[in-house]
Amino acid sequence: MSTQHVDAIIMGGGIVGASAALWLARAGQRVVLLERDFCGSRSSGVNYGGVRRQGRTLVQLPLSCRAHQIWGQLPALLGIDGEYVRSGHLKLARSEADFAALQRWAQLSEPFDMGLQLLDREQLRARFAWVGDIAVGASYCPGDGHANPRLVSPAFAQAARHHGAQVHEQCAVTHVEPSGVGFTVHSADGQRFSAPWLLNCAGAWAAALAAQVGEPVPLVAGHPAMLVTEPLPLFMTASTGVEGGGIYARQVARGNCVLGGGQGFALGESTARAGQLAVLDILRNACELYPALAGAQAIRTWSGTEGYLPDREPVLGPSGTTPGLLHGFGFAGAGFQIGPAAGEALAECILLGEPRHSLKAFSIERFRTSTRSNAPCA
Amino acid sequence: MSEVVIVGAGPAGIRAAKTLCAHGLRPTLLDEATRGGGQVYRQQPPGFSRSAAQLYGFEQRKAQALHGALAQLSGQLDYRPETLVWNAEAPWLDTLHQGREAQRLAFSEVVIATGATDRILPVPGWTLPGVYSLGAAQIALKFQACAIGGRLVLAGSGPLLYLLAWQYAKAGARPLLVLDSAPFSAQARATPSLLAQPSTFAKGLYYRAWLGLHGVPVHTGAHLLSAEGEQRVQAVNWEDANGQVHRLECDALAFGHTLRSETQLADLLGCAFHWSAANRAWLPTRDDGGRASVPGVYLAGDGAGILGADAAEVAGELAALTLLGDRGLHVDPARRIELQQRLASLECFRRGLERAFPFPEQWAANAADEVVVCRCEQVSAGEIRTAVRQGHWDINRVKATCRVGMGRCQGRLCGAAAAELIACESGRALDQIGRLRAQAPIKPLPFGVELKP
Repeated sequence: MSTQHVDAIIMGGGIVGASAALWLARAGQRVVLLERDFCGSRSSGVNYGGVRRQGRTLVQLPLSCRAHQIWGQLPALLGIDGEYVRSGHLKLARSEADFAALQRWAQLSEPFDMGLQLLDREQLRARFAWVGDIAVGASYCPGDGHANPRLVSPAFAQAARHHGAQVHEQCAVTHVEPSGVGFTVHSADGQRFSAPWLLNCAGAWAAALAAQVGEPVPLVAGHPAMLVTEPLPLFMTASTGVEGGGIYARQVARGNCVLGGGQGFALGESTARAGQLAVLDILRNACELYPALAGAQAIRTWSGTEGYLPDREPVLGPSGTTPGLLHGFGFAGAGFQIGPAAGEALAECILLGEPRHSLKAFSIERFRTSTRSNAPCA
Repeated sequence: MSEVVIVGAGPAGIRAAKTLCAHGLRPTLLDEATRGGGQVYRQQPPGFSRSAAQLYGFEQRKAQALHGALAQLSGQLDYRPETLVWNAEAPWLDTLHQGREAQRLAFSEVVIATGATDRILPVPGWTLPGVYSLGAAQIALKFQACAIGGRLVLAGSGPLLYLLAWQYAKAGARPLLVLDSAPFSAQARATPSLLAQPSTFAKGLYYRAWLGLHGVPVHTGAHLLSAEGEQRVQAVNWEDANGQVHRLECDALAFGHTLRSETQLADLLGCAFHWSAANRAWLPTRDDGGRASVPGVYLAGDGAGILGADAAEVAGELAALTLLGDRGLHVDPARRIELQQRLASLECFRRGLERAFPFPEQWAANAADEVVVCRCEQVSAGEIRTAVRQGHWDINRVKATCRVGMGRCQGRLCGAAAAELIACESGRALDQIGRLRAQAPIKPLPFGVELKP
């Protein structure tokens, strides 16, 4: 079979890879997007669906705020609303120390102008009466919200296709090799593509390619546990989380509450389950945060496979060893909101030579060890 | 401590329990119902006084024998009624007792005897109050001694259709009309294989003849088109074998097209599945002794393929003997062979039933776009077709796109119909659209659940 020459090959049809494909295709680049399963069927499609800037590390905020703008244009971009609502995001504090942490974050993030509102106990009761007594205060970010990942993430790939990207689903990459122009990529179904640019957006499975080009990363898989209730009367007017971690929850327009918290387990290399431990923890502890859930029933549980690096920051930007290779993975369970901007930043690396927002904090070089050699693409 | 666990106290589960006890084991028997017997030999609540003959008709002896077998095992096993297995993570089963108490149970071996539910092929109006599945209509009568209505129509196909018509008529609620989608010619052609079980075949003939003698109109090759009504079902529209459309006023409708296996537990335990053309479904694979692909997991009864109550009793005993043999205990080899031969004969009968009550192949093509397929999530046939036209053909992707099978029942009710629609719309064979993945909880789980150590 002959080799197809294109401008960029993207490995991974999650929200990062698919949005990179979309931005590149919109700019007239010839793009091939390779997805071994279905686009948006892994973490990008089965995550909690939080679309929030609040609570992120400061280094992520420039990109996250850019993502906020992109989310605001979702229907124009994708042709669907993806059930995206700017419900606001309420981060609850269960102790004075936690509330102080929220205050600190509010102060530090002030330059980003997100309109945060710090609510003490009385203000919280007055505005969000459905929050349980265990919360002593909260930080409310009015522009944050939530969306349906099952719809949004595949829609990015669909939109890329509409703009001329070649999207190959059920098309696993078997190997990548250097070639005269850059890279040649072979797929299990016998196809062969070559391009000067290669984007490694393979999520929790991205470490293999990084290792192949001599820049191994300590990427580990995690499996956030999630469940959904039967439809309930609408009461949860904001998406919520808890300072210091714990249960997070949102309610969709049709009434179902989606809750996450704790870790499930891997079933195989690419599938995961929520597991009884995390599920029972959520069912036993959620009512103190959201008393209206008493008596409700969970109808379904699930998990996904997410990539985590030790510092919980993603790897985003150029390879340190291999010109033409860009990485975008390891979003530590918080890639859904920032994904479209991460994809855009990768596209900018190609289109503009460098991204508009610095990706320095996310460089793969931070994992370079003194013993590692600068191996070429092999 | 690890236990031998049996899930389901129907014909398969009770026979498995009896066999294990007889060989000196003390199994744990988990069952969702308050009393043993399964769906087919469901016992009436305490304080109800109908005779076994009234409740089980020709099957009264079998029912009594099974109930008696469970009663005699008292003290020899750990019997836990009102216990749902909502999740499995080998070697653990996660149970929920009386809807509020969660407990983990370690198993060394497990016999899955989870039975079956009705296979539903929706028609417009099927979600109206007053419309039941055939199985639910039978439960109302057998358990609560209630008729689902006074002016009753029964529709669909399968042996249960005639049995139910007879049971309702005997109980004093004579159906107005019985609509069998299977053509009479198919039933005539199937006679040779049905004679593999002459007594069962004779019972089927008896019900038919009895209905005829007592003036219950039975139409073969007749299709239920829709149910209509304002607050509840008030009439049905149906088409006879000649294509003529009729309307009949009624106050209750029961319908269903044979049964489908409850396979979620086997799926959660990681058992291999295979495509069964006869069942039009993916089923957990079992060998001729009842072993699943996962060591220590055994399958018996309708939960691993629809063969009926008699076969379930045989398969339950056989799976238990296999389990005992795998433990290195001595079991009677002649008995195993005898059971295997009886199962083979029942399978031949089952193939005959398949011919006698063929699946209505045209259902998916004819289902109107506005028919609600998934009642939990209110997903219509049209929405499923739209998802397919967007390029999706894998049933889990169609589910992710349009929510079919995402609700309370997890596709147990709508999965079969959704699969038919996806296959029809995508032009793929039914076995080429994937299989709905089971997800815990198998049935809903409440907030505020208590943990029992």
